[in-house]
Amino acid sequence: MRPGGRLGAPLRRAGHVLVLAFFFLVLGFPFYWMTITTFKQGSDLYNLKNNPFIFNAPPTLEHLRLLFGETLFLRWLGNTALVGVLVVGITLLFALPAAYALARLTGRWGERLGIAIFLTYLVPSTLLFIPLSRVVANLGLQDSLGSIILVYPSFTIPFSIWLLMGFFKSIPRELEDAAMVDGLSRFGAFVKLVIPMSTSGILTVVIFTFTLVTQEFVYALTFISSAAHQTVGVGVPIFLVRGDVYYWGSLMAACLIASLPTAFVYNLFLDRFIAGFTVGAVK
Amino acid sequence: MAVVETRDLTKVFKEGELGAVNRVNLESREGEFLVLLGPSGSGKTTLLRMIAGLEVPTSGEVWIGGVNVTPFPPRERRIAMVFQSYALYPHLSVFDNIAFPLRAQGVKKELRRPKVEWASSLLGIGSLLARKPRELSGGERQRVALARAIVREPTLFLLDEPLSNLDAKLRASAREELQQFHGRVGTTTLYVTHDQVEAMAMGDRIVVMNQGQVRQVGAPTEVYDDPADTFVATFLGSPPMNLLESPDVIVGFRPEHLHPADLKVEGARVPVHFRIKHTEYLGAERILYGVVEGGGFQSREAVVSRLSATLPAPYAVGSLYDFSVRERDLKFFDRGTGKRTAPRPLAGL
Amino acid sequence: MKGRQAWLGPAMLLPAVLYIVALVGVPFILAFFYAVGDVKVGSVGYHFVGLRNFRSIFENPAFLRALRNSFLFTISSQVLVLTGSLTLALALKEKFPGRGIVRFVILLPWVAPISIGSIGWKWILDSLYSVINWVLVALHLVKPFAAPMWLGEPSLAMMSVIAVHVWRILPFSTVIILAGLTSIPKDIPEAAAVDGAGFFRTLFQITLPMLRPILNVAMLFGVIFAVTDMTVIYILTRGGPYDTTQVLPSLAFFTGILGGDLAEGAAISLFLVPLLAVVAYLMLRVARRAEVT
Repeated sequence: MRPGGRLGAPLRRAGHVLVLAFFFLVLGFPFYWMTITTFKQGSDLYNLKNNPFIFNAPPTLEHLRLLFGETLFLRWLGNTALVGVLVVGITLLFALPAAYALARLTGRWGERLGIAIFLTYLVPSTLLFIPLSRVVANLGLQDSLGSIILVYPSFTIPFSIWLLMGFFKSIPRELEDAAMVDGLSRFGAFVKLVIPMSTSGILTVVIFTFTLVTQEFVYALTFISSAAHQTVGVGVPIFLVRGDVYYWGSLMAACLIASLPTAFVYNLFLDRFIAGFTVGAVK
Repeated sequence: MAVVETRDLTKVFKEGELGAVNRVNLESREGEFLVLLGPSGSGKTTLLRMIAGLEVPTSGEVWIGGVNVTPFPPRERRIAMVFQSYALYPHLSVFDNIAFPLRAQGVKKELRRPKVEWASSLLGIGSLLARKPRELSGGERQRVALARAIVREPTLFLLDEPLSNLDAKLRASAREELQQFHGRVGTTTLYVTHDQVEAMAMGDRIVVMNQGQVRQVGAPTEVYDDPADTFVATFLGSPPMNLLESPDVIVGFRPEHLHPADLKVEGARVPVHFRIKHTEYLGAERILYGVVEGGGFQSREAVVSRLSATLPAPYAVGSLYDFSVRERDLKFFDRGTGKRTAPRPLAGL
Repeated sequence: MKGRQAWLGPAMLLPAVLYIVALVGVPFILAFFYAVGDVKVGSVGYHFVGLRNFRSIFENPAFLRALRNSFLFTISSQVLVLTGSLTLALALKEKFPGRGIVRFVILLPWVAPISIGSIGWKWILDSLYSVINWVLVALHLVKPFAAPMWLGEPSLAMMSVIAVHVWRILPFSTVIILAGLTSIPKDIPEAAAVDGAGFFRTLFQITLPMLRPILNVAMLFGVIFAVTDMTVIYILTRGGPYDTTQVLPSLAFFTGILGGDLAEGAAISLFLVPLLAVVAYLMLRVARRAEVT
């Protein structure tokens, strides 16, 4: 019998804590930093002699006031919300019936088509944005929110179909058969039975579509040029400047406001998110 | 020297509540097949896992081979374990599965092959060495798990309900294989099960457990014919022992000992007035369900009689009949504690 | 859905398929046409020019640089992400007090919009006010005016860009690997423990091989995110200093959108296609293998 197994436990404990502390700090630090910067007075912020980790002058709400009062931040929030709501609506309209059809379509075709649709999600915006910029210009939608309302569903729909397909497959067919015996048509069964039963799946799709919209950068940057029509994702890093100077205090405040709500919601739905990505690889 | 011993072994999962295992003292005999029997939640698996080192006891000690192994992790206890699911490594071939413990102990490559071949031939799986676990049947997987267990020639085997995942037909032949295996190899074995038929068939001794405590330890005949309390009495045997209560004592007798009064048997008997409510004909046996009347005893469940179907059976449901039980087949239990007490004379039941 | 109303299935599917074809399929094909044409912003007609655009970009050192950077960027970030997320996932597997909070914080880089996280880092790496430099100076590891220019000096800029990208992807990868870890039946590591394997042996000989399908998924997605991303670079360095941190997507953006030469931009972005095809093929293989077992 060799010793050494007993030494393992406390050493492992220490290693465990170290690893967690390291990643916690590295991954979380920028957000902590955003918080501090938001509330620090400008004179404190830009004074190199001051210790940046503490408040050398009392905290201030000046940056927040500036952000909400003198920039287009609220406008961008409004734009993003509007785009989000409309894109969610369009996505549900197209994805719900398609996912249902794919879930109930038996045979190899159903699987193949499902995978093909998911693969379109992988085609990057940095490949399509050049031809799409032409398309958008030809439709007269350049520099308007209409351009992204049109284009965003091109990636939210495939992703949502993928999520919903798995969801619909788990609803037993017998329920729909029973509904059809009771007098509904198949489409009627879909609308009156399946959709009400799928509220949690639909909610997941709404959440993720919304987050995909708020995260998007490339198309918004490409199609929209004026600050007033921008979304939060592009407005904050690009337009919160005066000339060459970034207004860091307000910028960080904007970042905080832009990240935290999504973070909370995401956490609640994390498990479904993982399930969507790992279907097939994990049983 | 006992191969494995536990001293006051206790495991409490939630503070303030009764432990999963409470002050269990156990001693095995060299080479025996010791069965830990009990319903689910009785603590038998937790006990096994503490012996294996997979759970840390709240208090108490585990001794293996005369050494206090309580602070040691599993790999230093020279034990082998077969899990309920067999836990075969799915990405390794049968050969590599069996060789894994040898690799872990640093056995050189040249020495590994002969040992794997020895273990696999002992179990008759020499032809399966290149396959992967998912290509094997349930019985074959059990044999691979056993081969992996013996390849290190451990001092103790621990088996955690290895037959419960097999279908009923396979279970009987798998059970026989396990018994033959034990006969060939002779290593002391601890076997956990909730199936009392398995326990009776396989065990040299049975440890009957309930709620984290040992109720009785003994050979199958002992726990069956001489149960230590009402729990053991009703857990073993199917249908279970009949228990009749009177204000000062509980009397028990097995269904096969309740027979018609005119049957010729040896020894003094106690008469039983038996009113039949329901009968079942099972081909080789006849089971009669009913109530006893007139003796001052109550029974919570139906009283059961088990008769060979070769006997004539002119029994009508609803009628009262004269049955009897031999005095020596009556077991007496204390009303309060459920424990076995001294026999006393009875006029009738 | 056979027999009566057999048209319903395709009818429910068609709108989505048309949308996707119109806004993904058609532009995809158009990209090829642009690459062999002479399209510019504002131009009207179309002329086929063969491989002229491709010849032009191969002669451009910025392109070769970007191509090289795309590989460098992807491979180094993936290596870092996989080792980091594996370690973190192993640490997160067991329950411990405060696990919920730790999980929340750890997810933040992934959940916050890419542009937001990037601009946060830009502030941290600022040439004058970087908090990292302040700490380095305070610890007397560098002299005050010789502090590293994280985004201004070519190799440091590349490192910074890779680091921010890794920071962003790590939570995603961790969460996926964690799901894989929890799907390994508890029996298996216990059997390994009884068989005599220590921590590292169990990890390398049992856990990692069993995690392979999940690791593949994490890696494939990671590669896609790394190769096709331009946001981090655009915000941190705009591709500078002097085009040293350009990668294919960002160069395509600068050439095509900002520079107006749509054809050349399309040609550059087309180099992403072979890689994506390989990735798509591998993903299909993973999915198919999972169906078989």
